[in-house]
Amino acid sequence: MSTARVAVLRFPGTLDHESAARAVEGAGAEPVFTHHEDTALPAGTVAVVIPGGFSYGDHLRPGALASRTPIMGAVKAHAADGGKVLGICNGFQILCESGLLPGVLRPNASLSFICRQADLEVADAGTSWTGGRAEGETLSIPFKHHDGAWFGDPGSTRVVLRYRGENPNGSIDKIAGISNLAGNVMGLMPHPEEAQDPLLGSVDGRVLFAALIA
Amino acid sequence: MTLVVVTVMPKKGVLDPQGQAVQGALAHMGFAGVSDVRVGKRIELEIGGDDPAGQATRMCEDLLANNLIEDYSVEVAG
Repeated sequence: MSTARVAVLRFPGTLDHESAARAVEGAGAEPVFTHHEDTALPAGTVAVVIPGGFSYGDHLRPGALASRTPIMGAVKAHAADGGKVLGICNGFQILCESGLLPGVLRPNASLSFICRQADLEVADAGTSWTGGRAEGETLSIPFKHHDGAWFGDPGSTRVVLRYRGENPNGSIDKIAGISNLAGNVMGLMPHPEEAQDPLLGSVDGRVLFAALIA
Repeated sequence: MTLVVVTVMPKKGVLDPQGQAVQGALAHMGFAGVSDVRVGKRIELEIGGDDPAGQATRMCEDLLANNLIEDYSVEVAG
């Protein structure tokens, strides 16, 4: 039996691809780094991860320039065929800028870069991304961002994850992560690839990577 | 070549934390009477070919502005 391949995209300024690749391996799949100028995903790709970072230096708007690169055409075709796509932090911003997810990520209301562990509430247990966790359960996953305030119409999407407690960044309805209505494209500001090992305090990020090949 | 100036501003009614931060700083510096500050972008484009204003408008629609949160204007400067 061959191992499922997961494309991990790299743009100039992508930072978290190594952690994302380790998390893909942890889920039992084979990560394949994929260049932004490629026009096709690697042969046999079953899912795509767009990792965090500061693609193109966040110039113009975070994710705006990366969302117009050749590889995103292939990602759109993959998503249109029902393929799984997971965008993390800058990857979430790229998915919104590309139109694969609704809305946009705005600067945090505090204008500060925020980095800490967060309790996320499963707001919609009906997608594959939360691995069978019930609505209202908590996932402990860290976040680190400056432009994490999701702005848009919550009715145009599925709200999968919300911040528990106070709203850290001013996002609409305390939204931390959303999926498209079909449920195959997921974006979130927190970093599930950094919640994979008990040594780091939580393994709650594993469900999102397991969902890539579920 | 034609110089086209694109101005991109946060939409009215959308929270502009950058503008608010600048407004707060101005007040602390003693500039009284500033009732609102909004911060946007000015983009200067040197464009050849036909209809530079139309080209710039398409660029705004496709990339330069995000119409969920920003308004833009296009001015042919000469």
